Amino acid sequence: MNAALEISNLRKSYKGFVLKDISFSIPAGTIMGLIGPNGAGKTTVIKLVMNLIRREAGAVRIFGRDNIAQEPEAKARIGFVYDEPCFPPDVSLGRIASAVAPFYPRWDGKLFARTLEEFDLSSRKKFKTLSHGMKMKFALALALAHDADLILMDEPTSGLDPVFRHELLVRLSTVIQDERKSVLFSTHLTSDLEKIADHVTLIHEGAIVFSAPKDEILETYGLVKAGGRDVSASEIPGLKGCRHSAYGLEALTAELEAARRSIGPRAVYERASLEDIMYFISKGEPHA
Amino acid sequence: MKIIISNSSPDPIYEQIVRQVKSQIISGELVAGDPLPSIRKLALELQISVITTKRAYDELEGEGFIDSVGGKGTFVASQNKEILRERKMKVVEEKLAQAVAEARLLGIKPRELRDMLRLLYEEEN
Repeated sequence: MNAALEISNLRKSYKGFVLKDISFSIPAGTIMGLIGPNGAGKTTVIKLVMNLIRREAGAVRIFGRDNIAQEPEAKARIGFVYDEPCFPPDVSLGRIASAVAPFYPRWDGKLFARTLEEFDLSSRKKFKTLSHGMKMKFALALALAHDADLILMDEPTSGLDPVFRHELLVRLSTVIQDERKSVLFSTHLTSDLEKIADHVTLIHEGAIVFSAPKDEILETYGLVKAGGRDVSASEIPGLKGCRHSAYGLEALTAELEAARRSIGPRAVYERASLEDIMYFISKGEPHA
Repeated sequence: MKIIISNSSPDPIYEQIVRQVKSQIISGELVAGDPLPSIRKLALELQISVITTKRAYDELEGEGFIDSVGGKGTFVASQNKEILRERKMKVVEEKLAQAVAEARLLGIKPRELRDMLRLLYEEEN
């Protein structure tokens, strides 16, 4: 499979924050979730892909094209859906669409009209009258109408109700029915990704913890729970983080099977959700 | 084809798909030549990852239950039901042999083992 997006050794520093040599790639035809707690660097990565901020080092390739040297070609294939789309408030959706359409060679007006209808949006509506969720849908409708091959979404589901989120997720999985299209989707609401994502990249404090197929992560990571002082964290293979309570220990391991073999019946074992993984990696006591 | 994905099941999703498709082939609900949805279509319908459905199809294909015909799609493979059943029987036999070996180690008598088996069998219903 060809990569829709390839990021290598991407670096950016702000006061008090460094994005440390991030590398990952998204194969065409797949959905990748970019997860991490607030402030981990998710939005920074997306802004660097969009070349909205200057990178210090590294490379971003969109379908093989450099996002700075070949910016127009690269960007024509991206549909960027961000959490607060910015359009003139008093202009109708239809007029906004006709203003942006000339920038995209593959703009499909009929598809745009169909998508708005599907999303229950009227092209006569003024942008300022849209709710947060409707703005998101409008931005997605624009991205779909210009036939974007890579849809980038920054926190699309935050602030949306569950019905709306579900609808959005179904729409995203519809997008990749076309094997050339891909989606990159940043979120801290991991349950949205637990279902549809093909790959998951977790970043924490500006560095990549893992970037791997979701199934692989959910099969190898797990929770080890033991009461009292039956198990000490240091004997758990693949320990990634743990939490002590008055009654016992809860730990995240990246090697659930090895942990099960070496600790045996002294503990109980559970699958870890992406949320558990994110929690333990960012908040757990690592070497307690 | 019927597939029910349980999120609370301890089995990975791809295994749930493999098991359900297999059992429908073995029971004859799906017959040779029946078309299966594409990897992407199935992922969309079940709202799961395409990698998961691909893995399930790869596994089914590896075991000879389905054939993917380039450019045409995926179909239930033609197979001999007798052989299929025999293959399944063999799996059961192997598992039982394992259980017997364990039982012998623990000094469990054949009659105790039979009782255990009967209990387990009845419990399943």
